[in-house]
Amino acid sequence: MYEFLTGAGVWIAFVIFAGGLFVRVASLYGVSRQKDAVFYNHTNAFEAVKSIFYWLIPWGSIAARTQPVFSSMVYLFHVSLIIVPLFLSAHNVLLQEAFGVGLWSIPDSVADIMTALMLVAGVFLFIRRLVRPEVRILTEIRDYVLLVLTMLPFLTGLLASLNIGPYKTMVILHVLSGEILLILIPFTKLGHMILFFFTRAFIGFEMGGRRGARTW
Amino acid sequence: MPDEKQLKARIKKVNIKKIKNVLETLDGARIKTWLNICAKCGLCAESCFFYLANDKNPEFSPAYKIKSTVGEMYKKKGDVSLPFLEASMEALWARCTMCKRCSQFCPFGIDIAAMITIGRSVCQSHGFVPEFLAKAVENYRVSGNQMALTKDDFIETCEWMEEETADEIKGLTIPMDVPEVKFMYTLNAREPMYYPQDIAQIAQILTVAEESWTMPSEGWECTNLPMFAGDRTLAGIIVENMYQKARDLKVDKILVTECGHAYRSTKYEGPYLSGYPDGIPPIEIIHSVELFCEYLESGRIKIDPSKKLKEPVTYQDPCNVSRNGGLWDIGRIVMGYLADDFREMSPNKDYNHCCGGGGGYIPMGPEYRVKRMVSGKIKAEQIRKTGAKLVIVPCHNCFDQINDLNEEYDLGIKSVSIKEVLCEIMMIPDKFKPDEE
Repeated sequence: MYEFLTGAGVWIAFVIFAGGLFVRVASLYGVSRQKDAVFYNHTNAFEAVKSIFYWLIPWGSIAARTQPVFSSMVYLFHVSLIIVPLFLSAHNVLLQEAFGVGLWSIPDSVADIMTALMLVAGVFLFIRRLVRPEVRILTEIRDYVLLVLTMLPFLTGLLASLNIGPYKTMVILHVLSGEILLILIPFTKLGHMILFFFTRAFIGFEMGGRRGARTW
Repeated sequence: MPDEKQLKARIKKVNIKKIKNVLETLDGARIKTWLNICAKCGLCAESCFFYLANDKNPEFSPAYKIKSTVGEMYKKKGDVSLPFLEASMEALWARCTMCKRCSQFCPFGIDIAAMITIGRSVCQSHGFVPEFLAKAVENYRVSGNQMALTKDDFIETCEWMEEETADEIKGLTIPMDVPEVKFMYTLNAREPMYYPQDIAQIAQILTVAEESWTMPSEGWECTNLPMFAGDRTLAGIIVENMYQKARDLKVDKILVTECGHAYRSTKYEGPYLSGYPDGIPPIEIIHSVELFCEYLESGRIKIDPSKKLKEPVTYQDPCNVSRNGGLWDIGRIVMGYLADDFREMSPNKDYNHCCGGGGGYIPMGPEYRVKRMVSGKIKAEQIRKTGAKLVIVPCHNCFDQINDLNEEYDLGIKSVSIKEVLCEIMMIPDKFKPDEE
């Protein structure tokens, strides 16, 4: 089990993740060229970048400022979600062993704290879904499931790192949940990790470029 | 309750194939992406005045309006029921004015109004369109304008206004179908129908500015209610009529009256609707606010300093002039010339709230008036907070809505168009002053 998950499993997960995202973007691009061709006349790189930029910086948008606690949590959630897996020393050691190269690493203590914050933010998002009527009415079972699945690799990773619970089981669960998450990204709303940039760019040149309105 | 005639217009049995066809035609990479990646964060709710004015009822939030209508239509691939279409009609018309404010609040910039349009087209394919709006659309079909004015009626009204106003401004004319001039003026059918003085006013301003312009005898209707009624084909024809007339007359530009959605239709949506592959209107489009600004800045129109407005004034940013038209700064330059005590609403400019009359709401008529007044509460409060006595409104729908809100919420204000103010306070050069008798 462990052998498979850390060997072929990783490869399968990454191929589906990267390949799936690529196919999804490529097919959407194809459809857009065919059915949304008219909008390409209005592309505007500057407006696209602005539209993305203001939503990447903390409280850069009017909506983020309207709900500062929520947007802070979203920010913590996403920043940790990206930084910890990429710059965790344990991950980089594995990369070193496999390919002879690894990324720069953040201290383990920092990674632990960021992971803990990410989990706190995740729990907040989960509760917010239940509590706020305008969010609850939109939420389906799969939204809860995806949120939990996103948090699972972080929870199991943190427990393993802190040596809480049976270590070997934790690591297996960690790898397994991470792989499931990677596989799901291209096929679910989590595809926003890439598609975010496209939809923001579009509204940037349609509302910002053509009409001059702020989209943040 | 819909009356018998309206019910008759509705199709009795759902034609799944027809709905599927509409959905597929309007589907694209954008729709596929938007419907899929919505994170369901609920941020759009706070942007929407319908949601805010209706006690934050989550059913009024933009994302829910899409999820419960267009989302379902796509999910079920058109296999929906008649009660579903009835409920969708309510959500798509009575709870949204397509003001696009939610797109500014959406982390992914999802164009919710664009999806509302698709839902409206599906409903329209089965006759589920608010009755009064459907009647107006029928008028376009037979006459090319929303009030079924004939060509003769229109020309006569212009001639009548020319005669009336010639006493005030010497040499005033309303040129008809004059080719190769700078501007072809286009207007809203309610002007010749109910507010002919609007025609007199624009003629006064253009005369005093010594402008080269003409009124077209056809293709003058710049509003486009079919666009808001889900009838994309007819919407395209209406815009094309206007473009064609402008080409026939070989004018430089089309000048749009003080109307919001007319500007959105003529400049932004029109080229899409009538199928221009570059998405750009074939002739330059300019809104009256832009022209007035140019006149004031260049001194072609001068304000009589003794008549400059003294009472507190606020400016209504029509969604389709400001947020969806990009003219909020221009509007403020004009205000600087007109008013001493100008007060901003909050929020304002491109973030301004819709008045609640746009997107086809005003033409939906008395059947929807109560709902329109409830949802207009946000705008009424915005106006009240400014303490203004005069609301300057460069849009006919906002104008009607704010007048209604004034009555409903006892605001003690008066709403006026920019041209009405200009006509009252601009200086009339001696050569245009009527001869003393």
